[in-house]
Amino acid sequence: MAQIELSAIRKSFDGTDVLKGIDFRIADGEFISLVGPSGCGKSTLLRIIAGLEPQNSGEVHIDGRPVDGIRPSARNLAMVFQSYALYPHLSAFDNIAVPLRMRRLSAIERLPLLGALLPGRRAKERHIRADIEGIAEQLDITPLLRRKPGQLSGGQRQRVAVGRAMVREPLAFLFDEPLSNLDAKLRVHMRAELAELHRRLKATFVYVTHDQAEAMTMSSRIAVMMGGELIQAGTPAEIYNEPGDIRVAEFIGSPKINVLPGRIRKDGGVDVLGTTLKLTCNAAAGDCRIAVRPERIELGTGPFSGTVVHLENLGAEAFVHLAVEGTGSRLIARLADVRHLPAMASSVAFGFASDAVRMFDPAGKRIELRVEQAERVREPAHV
Amino acid sequence: MSDGSMTIGAAVAPTGTTRRTLPAHGSRRTHAAYALVTPAAALMLVMLLGPLAGVIALSFTDYQLGAPQFAWIGLANYQDLFADKVFWTALRNTLAYVVIVVPGAVIAGLAIALLIQSGTSLRSLYRTIYFLPVMATLIAMAVVWEFMLHPQFGLVNGMLRGAGLPAFAWLQDRSTALYALCAIGIWQAVGFNMVLFLAGLVSIPKQLYEAAEIDGASSGWARFRLVTWPMLGPVTTFVVVISGIRSFQVFDTVHVLTKGGPSKSTEVLIHSMYTEGFEFFRSGYAAAITVVFLVFVLLLTLIKSRLADRGVHYT
Ligand SMILES: Nc1ncnc2c1ncn2[C@@H]1O[C@H](COP(=O)(O)OP(=O)(O)OP(=O)(O)O)[C@@H](O)[C@H]1O
Ligand SMILES: [Mg+2]
Repeated sequence: MAQIELSAIRKSFDGTDVLKGIDFRIADGEFISLVGPSGCGKSTLLRIIAGLEPQNSGEVHIDGRPVDGIRPSARNLAMVFQSYALYPHLSAFDNIAVPLRMRRLSAIERLPLLGALLPGRRAKERHIRADIEGIAEQLDITPLLRRKPGQLSGGQRQRVAVGRAMVREPLAFLFDEPLSNLDAKLRVHMRAELAELHRRLKATFVYVTHDQAEAMTMSSRIAVMMGGELIQAGTPAEIYNEPGDIRVAEFIGSPKINVLPGRIRKDGGVDVLGTTLKLTCNAAAGDCRIAVRPERIELGTGPFSGTVVHLENLGAEAFVHLAVEGTGSRLIARLADVRHLPAMASSVAFGFASDAVRMFDPAGKRIELRVEQAERVREPAHV
Repeated sequence: MSDGSMTIGAAVAPTGTTRRTLPAHGSRRTHAAYALVTPAAALMLVMLLGPLAGVIALSFTDYQLGAPQFAWIGLANYQDLFADKVFWTALRNTLAYVVIVVPGAVIAGLAIALLIQSGTSLRSLYRTIYFLPVMATLIAMAVVWEFMLHPQFGLVNGMLRGAGLPAFAWLQDRSTALYALCAIGIWQAVGFNMVLFLAGLVSIPKQLYEAAEIDGASSGWARFRLVTWPMLGPVTTFVVVISGIRSFQVFDTVHVLTKGGPSKSTEVLIHSMYTEGFEFFRSGYAAAITVVFLVFVLLLTLIKSRLADRGVHYT
């Protein structure tokens, strides 16, 4: 319903730069997740879009229209707060009714006693009731409408807050970590519901979270923020498989991606842990960092060996923590088959396919690699 | 100590055996409970209920302060009281004072609290200034007010004359004396109410205002109606009741400034009680006035607790 464009947004609080020039374009109907570690400025950016916080410089355009200087209430965006911010004295029904009453009733019609006497009020209230009942139906909260927020569980409050956002069909939805107060199980459930809601409404969603699982599972695109900068935006698969920056690679994925110290030789070959990899690059000789996802580490065969220092068996999968012999490096391998776990303190050989390697320069920027053809044969079938 | 842990065990374990042994524990438990309540109960008895019972008992006697003996005279004091024109004047004046001072002090306190809260700088300065009357003794302040309201060289009349308006002999005129006292009463109560409202305002989550703004409450009035006023509900109830009780107790300004005059136009309940009890030494009669006063205060307290029960949703 709306496209949002941010250009060169800067914000500082008391002299500390919180946002350092954000340029970003959110397409109509997209589900964008803003992810990043705590304190990187996600909420601040969302609040700037909503108009709750003024930016120091830069512009926000909604549907091509500049909205700077326009009040939050006039931007026609809906926001779901982390704490839900439901009005504690109003029932769920009245909470959801607030945006409708604010927009459809005049100030006089909203007056408690006098307003009810005005002729148009009854009909408008009937429409409002019908709208709310429709929303409640969709969100499965019809039996809860008469309760006060204090009498609702976290998940129910979250739904009421979403209902309050949905009811007036805003241009876009802004969510600020709406699931972070829920327990793990409910979070997974609500994740699916929100994604479903997005498919149904086809509205623009901007979803702030520091939980990368939420971002990976729900969004059409993820924007990764670090230290006030937006460092990469792309589909979940792109962000996961082709991180442009080592901080993105490390932030996305659990457990964290393995990073090993490497060295680029003059001829473009790459040495890591005393072994030469079957790939080349065009970068200048020098130090580099090699990153490999835990699920791409193959145990049992390979040129490297490590000692098992820790095992985490989750039932469906297991994580093997290895200390690489001869160096201080540690890495984690994911084992899909938990029936064949290596013994603690045993020594295991391991390796990884060349196309599993992502290489970064010392500043953290991605270095493109060329895989030597012979190596591709070992590529696992599922990639 | 061991007794405590045993009773806790008995209360927690839901097994049949503990239930069977419960009578033994039960009696010990009630003993412990009474023992724990005793200090508070004794204090309440000595400090509150005792004097109260004393006053009520006194109101059925003809006791005079300093007299060697007294006789029970039943409801005679009350009969005298209700037949006395001065009592009805005092009651009417007291109620008028309450009806003017309570809304005045509550609305002004809320308005000032809102202004201070919305202002950015000088917040603590304003807070201190408005709180000063609360800290100053009213007797001392009454002297200042006497000068301010002085018919000839008072500041108030000076300002009225400056604006070309007629001046009044505020405290000496039957038609204005009570209202002048009401104004002083409001001036004195505003600071206290303001501090309570400020505390209430600070505790309203900022996110509610942001949610209100997003929901389309763009005017300050809409946000006040949607968030501030309902969220201040418990504070407002408290402030109204406290202001009510304190204005029922109005005495010091009356005593210092008007002595109930001119011609009883500022006579109030507590001042009547004081005159009867400590100037005419009719302690029994004064006790009867006190009982009437207590009935009104009790009524206010009951209203407050009823309203507080309705306010459960704020927790
Ligand atoms: N009103 C404020 N005054 C001063 N500093 C602020 C204010 N709001 C935010 N900040 C600072 O700005 C930085 C970014 O805050 P922000 O709330 O945007 O982080 P975030 O990415 O949402 O983090 P989280 O995941 O913990 O919610 C933080 O360092 C924070 O301390
Ligand atoms: Mg945040």
